Amino acid sequence: MIIDIRNVNYIYNPNTPFEKKALNNINIQIDEGEFIGLIGHTGSGKSTLVQNLNGLIKPTSGDIIVDGINLTQKNANLKEVRQKVGLVFQYPEHQLFEETIYSDIAFGPKNLGLKDEEVDLRVKSAMENVGLDFESLKDRSPFELSGGQKRRVAIAGVIAMKPKVLILDEPTAGLDPAGRDEILGGIKRLYEKEKITIVLVSHSMEDIAKLVNRILVMDEGELVMDDIPKEVFKRASELKKIGLGVPQITDFMKQLKSKGFDVNDDVVTVEEAKEEIMKYLRRKEDV
Amino acid sequence: MNDTMIRLENVTYEYKSNIDEDILTALKNVSLEVKKGEFLAILGHNGSGKSTMAKMMNGLILPTNGEVYIMDMNTRVEEKIWDIRAKAGMVFQNPDNQLVATIVEEDVAFGPENLGIPPIEIRQRVDEALEAVEMSQYRKHAPHLLSGGQKQRIAIAGILAMKPDCIILDEPTAMLDPNGRIEVMNSIKKLNQEEGKTIVLITHYMDEAVEADRIIVLSNGEIAIEGSPREVFRHVDKVKELGLDVPQVTELAYELRKEGIDIRDDVLSIEELVELL
Amino acid sequence: MFKDITIGQYFPGESLVHKLDPRIKILVIIFFIISLFFVDNFYPYIGILLFIIIVSKAAKIPLELIIKGIKPLRFIILITFVINVFMTKGEVLFYLGPLTVTKEGLSTAIFMALRLGFLVLGTSLLTLTTSPISLTDGIEKLLSPFKKVGLPAHELAMMMTIALRFIPTLLEEADKIMKAQMARGADFESGNIINRAKNLVPLLVPLFINAFRRADELATAMEARCYRGGEHRTRLNELMFDKKDIVIFIVMILYFGLIISTRYISF
Repeated sequence: MIIDIRNVNYIYNPNTPFEKKALNNINIQIDEGEFIGLIGHTGSGKSTLVQNLNGLIKPTSGDIIVDGINLTQKNANLKEVRQKVGLVFQYPEHQLFEETIYSDIAFGPKNLGLKDEEVDLRVKSAMENVGLDFESLKDRSPFELSGGQKRRVAIAGVIAMKPKVLILDEPTAGLDPAGRDEILGGIKRLYEKEKITIVLVSHSMEDIAKLVNRILVMDEGELVMDDIPKEVFKRASELKKIGLGVPQITDFMKQLKSKGFDVNDDVVTVEEAKEEIMKYLRRKEDV
Repeated sequence: MNDTMIRLENVTYEYKSNIDEDILTALKNVSLEVKKGEFLAILGHNGSGKSTMAKMMNGLILPTNGEVYIMDMNTRVEEKIWDIRAKAGMVFQNPDNQLVATIVEEDVAFGPENLGIPPIEIRQRVDEALEAVEMSQYRKHAPHLLSGGQKQRIAIAGILAMKPDCIILDEPTAMLDPNGRIEVMNSIKKLNQEEGKTIVLITHYMDEAVEADRIIVLSNGEIAIEGSPREVFRHVDKVKELGLDVPQVTELAYELRKEGIDIRDDVLSIEELVELL
Repeated sequence: MFKDITIGQYFPGESLVHKLDPRIKILVIIFFIISLFFVDNFYPYIGILLFIIIVSKAAKIPLELIIKGIKPLRFIILITFVINVFMTKGEVLFYLGPLTVTKEGLSTAIFMALRLGFLVLGTSLLTLTTSPISLTDGIEKLLSPFKKVGLPAHELAMMMTIALRFIPTLLEEADKIMKAQMARGADFESGNIINRAKNLVPLLVPLFINAFRRADELATAMEARCYRGGEHRTRLNELMFDKKDIVIFIVMILYFGLIISTRYISF
């Protein structure tokens, strides 16, 4: 187990008129190598949760244990935790600040006190992981790049810290489909190659369905679902009630089934739907 | 009176790259006509020229070659520019960076105030505009405390209060969550259907473009595909090639057809495909 | 860390004080400040204190909220007090190590501390009861006679409005960037002054870049909404004096006139 969240509560502005309970008794265990999708509408507590995971904010009560370190303890080494848990914020390109792409990506590794050769290696491999060419780009200014490329530089800046857990808060927000596919493709490659644990926060059920092997659903500060995608998307009406949806294709299969078609409706991708329908049509022909 | 709202005649736009001094072309000899009351969606990947086209329809930039007319007013004619901007209002992508005032109703009033409308009429316009986007109960709120979708609806109200005939929206939902997107799309559809406003919606979300009367797909500064949503999404391969998505059901129908199943090639909604099977 | 700043906060309400024309409120506060510096004995301060209590009651603002406004300035008030106590020459009261405390020193110190304290209280009463937008409207209107000598009254007011609009947005952004850099191992809390200043670069550079980008986008959006400076502009809420404004204005002038006059009348 790499992350263990036990009975965690988080309250904003406690003891004031603006008091707001953002997390309510959260319990989550995450194993190494999992690819997790975290969903919930705006204000459901998911951003608060991910900030808790690398000690940027501390829970009001409860314990969070990351790779053996209990970061709720007073003298917990937060720097070490932040190295283990890499956090990519929304619109991460807005935090770029260095003159060259190289030095911006090197910022994290240098803060870890690594030697120059090691920093060099890490910058190279991080750029490779997000699909940026090292030689041609390293000395360019990050501000000359396109939006999608800037974002990949920012993500590389976190990957270069070699975290065991990588958390991405809506990494594709505001990008066009091509930019989105590049980023998600990079994340997928990284997951397969480095075997790291990934937590992906996203509003796109289609993206979540394509990538993750477990989904956490948050609503009003509570964890309301925790299951594999097929099981979560079976509960379409519950998801709709809390302002979320299911992939269009899942919705389609459900309607098909409700019209009396004999198909499995726990389908989350276009591929699966196609197979399911082909099977159905063949059965029909046989009859 | 003719029924053309916006007309682009052989429009080319060139600009200098800020990296090297190369001349880049954002639009290449594009001609386009938008009818009054039409809902047009402009699709395209980043850098396809769609934002350039939007800014041109509001006189914020002028074409290098060719002419742009808004209700027969050429955007090159300086004296007409404020009339043009009042007739063809524009909503931008980032809701935070287009609200001026610290109170919602003051912000909605900003446009009419600039037009020199008498206070009593501004009050009336502000109330109507907020009503139209269903934000009346928030009129005394501070914009920074609203959700993204709410902010964007305030931005739309701010344009509505100028009483435009046409509203150009440059990726208005790109920074919003799904609920915010639905809120904003509902407002846009309502303005088109109930108030008869001409809508030009720039987006890269296909499910939004499906709502339009007509779609043009831009690629590298040229119109690559044009037609009704049905006609456009029939070209699944081509649309994908241009770096865009098609709705999942359209893709499924396309995949099934590849397997030799006899199914129509212009399916857009869940209900349609269910019916067809 | 950025969320504790409350100066200039507005406390919404529907009271008479809230509804008063902002120009009247600004002028009254100016009289209030003038009287603070004219008064040279303690009794008139009772009148000033009374003014603050009555106005805050009338505006239904909790006193604690007003007093909270002094908190960030307590050190400045303290330093002023200390400097005045020890630096003023005169009749020696007692010695404190190498320092002497004089009678004159003590009284100037108390006066200065009171003046500063009341200054903050009075101005926060103004901002608490006046929305930023009507405050800027008031300033714009009061300054407009000076347009003839080239003072850009409208532009100043517009800048203030935009600044007020974007302060919360930029604070939120600063908080976010700071967290993002901390997640990359940046350290904003330890080290000596030079190191700390250096460590701020990863925060300040993106903050400025983003502010410029926002400014650019806002300017475009304003242009698209037909903004072309102050001329020919109308306002949703035009400022207009009514009877109550004038009555209150006269009463206030008399009140502070009386307080100021105590300097020249001996009891």
